[in-house]
Amino acid sequence: MTKTIAHLTDFSFSYAGSGTKAIQEINLAIKEGELIGVIGPSGAGKSTLGYALSGFIPHFFTGDLSGNQQLFGQETSQTPLSELAGRTGMVVQNPFNQISGARYTVREEVAFGLENLGTDRKLMDKRVNETLERFKLASLRDRSPYELSGGQQQRLALASILAMEPDLLILDEPTSQLDPAGAEEVFESVHTLTETSSTTVVLISHKLEWLAEVADRILVLVAGRIRGQGPPREILTQPDLEPWGIGSTQYTRAARLASSAADTSQPALPVTLDQAVGFFKPWI
Amino acid sequence: MDINIQDLTHAYNSQVTALKGVNLRIPRGDCLAIIGENGAGKTTLAKQINGLLKPSQGVVNIGEHTTAELSPAKIARFVGYAFQNPDQQLFASKVVDEVRFGPVNLGYSSQEVTTFTEQALAAVGLEDQTEKHPYDLHLADRKLLSLAAVLAMRTPIVIFDEPTTGQDALHIQKIGAIIQQLKAQGRTVITISHDLDFCAAYFERVVVLRRGEVIADGPAAEVLMQVDLLATAAVKPPQLVRLALGLGWDHFAGTPEDFMQALQNK
Repeated sequence: MTKTIAHLTDFSFSYAGSGTKAIQEINLAIKEGELIGVIGPSGAGKSTLGYALSGFIPHFFTGDLSGNQQLFGQETSQTPLSELAGRTGMVVQNPFNQISGARYTVREEVAFGLENLGTDRKLMDKRVNETLERFKLASLRDRSPYELSGGQQQRLALASILAMEPDLLILDEPTSQLDPAGAEEVFESVHTLTETSSTTVVLISHKLEWLAEVADRILVLVAGRIRGQGPPREILTQPDLEPWGIGSTQYTRAARLASSAADTSQPALPVTLDQAVGFFKPWI
Repeated sequence: MDINIQDLTHAYNSQVTALKGVNLRIPRGDCLAIIGENGAGKTTLAKQINGLLKPSQGVVNIGEHTTAELSPAKIARFVGYAFQNPDQQLFASKVVDEVRFGPVNLGYSSQEVTTFTEQALAAVGLEDQTEKHPYDLHLADRKLLSLAAVLAMRTPIVIFDEPTTGQDALHIQKIGAIIQQLKAQGRTVITISHDLDFCAAYFERVVVLRRGEVIADGPAAEVLMQVDLLATAAVKPPQLVRLALGLGWDHFAGTPEDFMQALQNK
């Protein structure tokens, strides 16, 4: 049976000094190897959920917490952050905030996490070099992280976390600064990671088209609460997503217009290009 | 106020030339999206137009002014620029003060400053957050605040650098409505964006940059259909273009509504 990696039960959290709950009554079990897409309007609590799943809550962000929070079968609050750091990795929303500032070069930045985990020197060099190649940072290895463009800094933020090979990877809008081809590469490499290893990924993104392609399960968060979860096509075609401010793919929107204009009943609404081509073929 | 860029080259140092011989004419009222891969020179071009950078070679004219001869503060009277990363732009301790800063420095009367500030905050939906510290806002709202700060300056030219980054669908619609309003007022709107669906829906003209050079410049309906050319600039066409081409249909639609209308008229 597949292991449960992360488990939140009736979990609520409000940041210290804030009177309102950022997330509330969350019940969520994440299985090993799953790729979960998290969607929701701005301010829905998506990043907070990411912090709760990575252990930043309660170890870094303090506040009022209720319910139960487990990572790798242990109470998160009882597990030292140093232990969690080797198993969970989070790439935060703004890559400019992720760069440690403690190292002078791109190469050292990628090695920083591994050094702190006490990784053997030889293994560290190997992992750093592989990661630099994979994220097209090899030619920038001796540059300062602060000289890089927004897109390059985002690649570096991702590379620094992935070099540590976490069991649970949380990505918060990981492609916001990347060109479409760069974004596609990141999504594909994350997808490949879940296909070829037991890595579990929680991907927070507004890019519904991509989540539709790669996610096993989509979770909808609105005003701090889970408002739906299930397979991409089932969730991403729900009409409620529009008033909630989440929107739909252009494929779904066009097909929804077609369905309401058609006299006959139409097939299920599409969320990917292939599905949309199938949907509209009879119209051409 | 037209923008006229002639033979513009910008070199950051002897190894990095971000723009190479760029020629662009942007008449007043144009609504233009600049697209292209990371490092293509998009932000460098925007910073040339607002005078934060000066040409290594060539000329950038804004109306009758040459940017090389004016300070960025003077150019700020005509060109508003919202940064890619709002945190590079925001510095005040209150949302309202952040937005007031621009019009105050442009010498508007206190009544005008108040009106412009209120209208700009309402346009981005932050009118209820005026007393908050900008850093108490979510990143998406800080981005909207940086747009409001530019709107309040009422410049004839506005440049939005990646305005939809990290925004949900509702906020993207709001930004789209702002762009339509600016267009209706006859102001020049330039955006830099990786969000091709957004570009297709709101921008009539598209310029593609690759390694510092303009490789395409024309109506969105033509440029965004050139899949092979876009691929050389690491750009994937908008979803509705891919759908049309997937159906073997050579038709450009900027929005799902346009797509359906064209399909019904087919």
